Amino acid sequence: MWSFSHIANELHEWLSSIFNPTWTLVIEMVLAGVAVIGLFAGLGLVLVLMERRVAAWIQIRLGPNRVGPQGLLQSLADTLKLIVKEGLTPNGADKLLFNIAPFIAMIVAMLLMAPIAFAKDFQLWDMNIGVLYVSAVSSIMVISILMAGWSSNNKYSLMGAMRSGAQIVSYELSAGLSILTIVVLTGSLQISDIIHSQATGWWIFKGHLPVWIAFVTFIIAVTAETNRAPFDLAEAESELTAGFHTEYSGMKFALFFLAEYINVFIVCAIGATLFLGGWMPFHIGNLTDFNRVMDYIPSSIWFFGKTFFMIFLIMWFRWTFPRLRIDQLLNLEWKYLLPISMINLLLATAMAILGWHF
Amino acid sequence: MFIIKYIKEVYRGVKSLLVGMKRTLYYFTHHKEIITQEYPDNRDTLVMAERFKGEVVMPHNEKNEHRCTGCQACELACPNGTIKVIFKNELTPEGKKKKAIDKLVYHLELCTMCNLCVEACPSDAIKMAQTFEHSVYDRSELTKILNNPGSKIMDGVE
Repeated sequence: MWSFSHIANELHEWLSSIFNPTWTLVIEMVLAGVAVIGLFAGLGLVLVLMERRVAAWIQIRLGPNRVGPQGLLQSLADTLKLIVKEGLTPNGADKLLFNIAPFIAMIVAMLLMAPIAFAKDFQLWDMNIGVLYVSAVSSIMVISILMAGWSSNNKYSLMGAMRSGAQIVSYELSAGLSILTIVVLTGSLQISDIIHSQATGWWIFKGHLPVWIAFVTFIIAVTAETNRAPFDLAEAESELTAGFHTEYSGMKFALFFLAEYINVFIVCAIGATLFLGGWMPFHIGNLTDFNRVMDYIPSSIWFFGKTFFMIFLIMWFRWTFPRLRIDQLLNLEWKYLLPISMINLLLATAMAILGWHF
Repeated sequence: MFIIKYIKEVYRGVKSLLVGMKRTLYYFTHHKEIITQEYPDNRDTLVMAERFKGEVVMPHNEKNEHRCTGCQACELACPNGTIKVIFKNELTPEGKKKKAIDKLVYHLELCTMCNLCVEACPSDAIKMAQTFEHSVYDRSELTKILNNPGSKIMDGVE
C-alpha cells in the first residue's frame, strides 16, 4: 500500500542498512529540512495563486489568467521578479537586525512544521506537548515583526510593528483558550493522541456547542495572529504603506510574504487537526460500508483537504470583512472573545467531566 | 440588563458578518456575474457603454460633406482650449465671399471629454465617438484635424 509513512519507513531501513545510526539520523534530518523547504516553496506558490483567484472571484473579477494556462504560472513569474530585484538595506537601519528579521520569520514557520501530522503516522516529531509547543513557538513570530519594524528606522514600520505586538499578544489568549477546549476534551497535549481521539467522529461533531464556539473563536484569533485582513493592522497598506515591511525589498520582502502564507497554512493545519480530525477520514457512526469507502481516500488527502478548507475560510474572511481600527480590534478581543472563550472553556470542562459529548 | 445587551450585540455582530459572507460566497460561486472582460481578446465583439465618450469626431456624409458652419460655438464652449477653428474664404457660385472652415483643429491630448462642445454646437456637426485606443508614440499625432481634406459644408445648413 502506497503511503507517506510506508515511504518514510522504507527510506529509514535503507539508510540504516548503509550508515550507522548517527549518520542515519543526520541524513534524515537534512532530508526533512529539504522536504520542509520544498513544501514551503510549493505552498507559497499555490497559496498566493489561490488567494488571488479567490479574491478575484469574490470581487467579481477574473484574476490572473495570462501567464501560463489559466494563469497557473503567475506566482512563479512573480517569484522570479522578486529574486532578481535588489535587496536594499536603508542607510539609517540597524543592518544586523534588519537583515536577520526575515530569516527569523522563516525559522519560526519551520519550527512550527515539526509537530504537524501530514498523514497517518507521518510526522516529524510527535512530542508529548505538541499543542503547547505550537502555541509557544507561534508567539516568537512577533519578535521578527518587531525586529523588522524597529530596525527599519521608519515611523510607519515602527507603528506597524507596535500594533502587531499589541494584537498578537492579546489574540494569543483566546487562541490558546480555544485550543485548551480541545485539550480538555481529549485529555492530552500530544497531536497524535488528539487525532486518535477523533476516530469515532471529529470534535466539531462530537463536541457540539462548546466546540463550535471554540472553533469560531479559534479561527478569528488565528486570523488576527497571522496579521491578515480584517486584522491586518501590522501591514495596514491604506495608512502605513506596508507597515513593518515598508523598507524591505527583493527576496527579503519575499520571505516575509512567504512567512505570512506559511503561517496561514500552519494555523489552518492546527485548526484542522484539533477540530476537524487531522488525517482522520469522515466516519458516521455504524454505517460500516460508508466508513470503508471513506477509508479508501488517502489520509494525506484528508489532511490537505481540511487544511485548504480552513485556508479558504480565512481568505473568505479577508475579502468580505472591512478592516478594524486598533481600538475596535482590542475591544473585540478583551470585551468579547476573551470572556466568551473563558466561559466556553468552563462549559467544555463541565461537558468533559459529565461526559455530555458523543 | 447588561448581559442581555451584550448577548444581543454579539448576536447582531455575528449575523451581519454572516450576511456579508453569504453575499461574497454567492459571487464566488456564480462566475457569470463577473463584470471584467478579457479586453484585447474580445476586441471584435466589444460593446461599449452608451454614455462612454472617447473623442470628438465630425461625421461626414458619402459626398464628403459636413455640417459645420464655423460658428465657433464649440471653441468658445471648450474650457481648456482643445478646439481651434481656422477659417478660409470661399467664393460662392454668385461670386460672393463666404466664410467657411478650413480646418477644425482638435487637441485630443488636452480634451477632458466634458461634452460641452457637442452640446454647444447649433448644427450637430460634431459628436462624441466611442473609440478609446488612443495611445501613440508621438504626442503630435494627438492633434487632429476633424474635417476631411476637401470636404465642404452640407447644403441647407446655415
